[in-house]
Amino acid sequence: MKFLMWVCVDPELVGTAEDKPQDWVAEAGERRLEGHRLRPVSDATTLWPRDGGTFVSDGPFAETKEQIAGYDILECADLAEAIDVAAAHPVARFGAIELRPVWG
Amino acid sequence: MTDPVRAAVDEAFRTEWGHVVATLIRVTGDWDLAEECAQEAFAKALASWPRDGVPRRPGAWLTTAARNRALDKLRRGAAEETRLRGLALTAADDDEAPEPDDVPDDRLRLMFTCCHPALPLEAQVALTLRTLAGLTTPEIARAFLVPEATMAQRIVRAKRKIRNARIPYRVPPAELLPERTSGVLGVLYLLFNEGYAASAGADLVRQSLTAEAIRLARVVAGLLPAAPEAGGLLALMLFHDARRATRTDDAGDLVTLADQDRTRWDRTLIDEGVRVLDEALALGRPGPYQLQAAIAACHATAARAEDTDWARIARLYELVARLNPSPVVELNRAVAVAMADGPAAGLALVDGLAEGGNLAGYHLLPATRADFLRRLGRDEEAVAAYRAALDLAPTGAERRYLARRIGELDP
Repeated sequence: MKFLMWVCVDPELVGTAEDKPQDWVAEAGERRLEGHRLRPVSDATTLWPRDGGTFVSDGPFAETKEQIAGYDILECADLAEAIDVAAAHPVARFGAIELRPVWG
Repeated sequence: MTDPVRAAVDEAFRTEWGHVVATLIRVTGDWDLAEECAQEAFAKALASWPRDGVPRRPGAWLTTAARNRALDKLRRGAAEETRLRGLALTAADDDEAPEPDDVPDDRLRLMFTCCHPALPLEAQVALTLRTLAGLTTPEIARAFLVPEATMAQRIVRAKRKIRNARIPYRVPPAELLPERTSGVLGVLYLLFNEGYAASAGADLVRQSLTAEAIRLARVVAGLLPAAPEAGGLLALMLFHDARRATRTDDAGDLVTLADQDRTRWDRTLIDEGVRVLDEALALGRPGPYQLQAAIAACHATAARAEDTDWARIARLYELVARLNPSPVVELNRAVAVAMADGPAAGLALVDGLAEGGNLAGYHLLPATRADFLRRLGRDEEAVAAYRAALDLAPTGAERRYLARRIGELDP
């Protein structure tokens, strides 16, 4: 089954050499279908389509200290395996990971 | 400086800066490079115009100079081949054939990019001033009373987001035009107010904000003739600016509209405002800027304060209230009604407002009420209302005015 994994961090705490997830990507192997880092929240755009128009504004929708720094899509047998894979993500040490099964 | 060449460069800077930068951004896609090359083109003008004379079309000269400079820099960068090809292509046909005036103007594209709703409002304003008006970062920082470093960061972030989030450099498609135009107009209005509200301080930077806002509003109104609110905003600015010299006395205190020396109002600006507003209203789609401009026009075109058409102003406020219902607008309408139909009619409206409770804590509500009561000869009630207003009034000047009124009625 597929899981979407959000890598959530306090942006002020990342940026060290140990953050580089290359080893993690190699280790996850075929269980990781794809993933990317995201540009910082200052480059985010939020939109609310309403009443036939779209209201656009700057900034992230969620005004929290921790922000989504990247995402990965995993293909794992179950949540336990997904947790195993996700827990090894180096950036997760600075924050948290949210795992969401893809509806299917 | 009286040097005519220097004056020509200054004039070209005011009128052509936005044009040169906008063209260079379109051609190179690089905001920083565009600004840098525009700057160098003006520096080059300062050096060569005294020697060679002021060119017949300064704007075209400057654009060509800036483009050649960009070409040089990119050539040195070498790797940028596609951009280089784009530059070379457009450079060839430019010297005698500038863009025809009826194609969407690069400045319009630039304005819609700077005022994109995905950028924070402060960044929209700062970016507009910097790229379209050529104000320096320290000037913008001073005008908005923030540290220079803060303003510099704001501008850098905005440019970075335009690049990273791929905010398109284009005039939005027709269906988005109305709402995006209102963003552009909102930024220009903010710019104008920032300069206008502070004109008592006679700070040159802030006065130049007013001038820039009007200049850019003229550009927008000219480029979007089918957008009546653009004309409405321009007219509104013109009426306000026409009265600028009379708004303060020698001591720097505010002079109310009724007491201003109308012979010193700028007739040329008022006439332009009337013309622009008539054209906008003729499109038959009234909006808040057009209505506010129409109200300002009633004041600006009255030869004496007592000639003011208050009945028309009251009707206009009623339309404003229908578009944007707000208790403050209702209060303004009550003042106009009191001038047109007498203080009793105004008092009835204000009492209705007070019962609604929306303006509790707003000192102008009891102050207006007090004024109506005073004019009705109900002195005791007026004094009580003035006292209520005095408790709420935020500024020293207003408190002094209210205390004086109380002293007159209750010696």
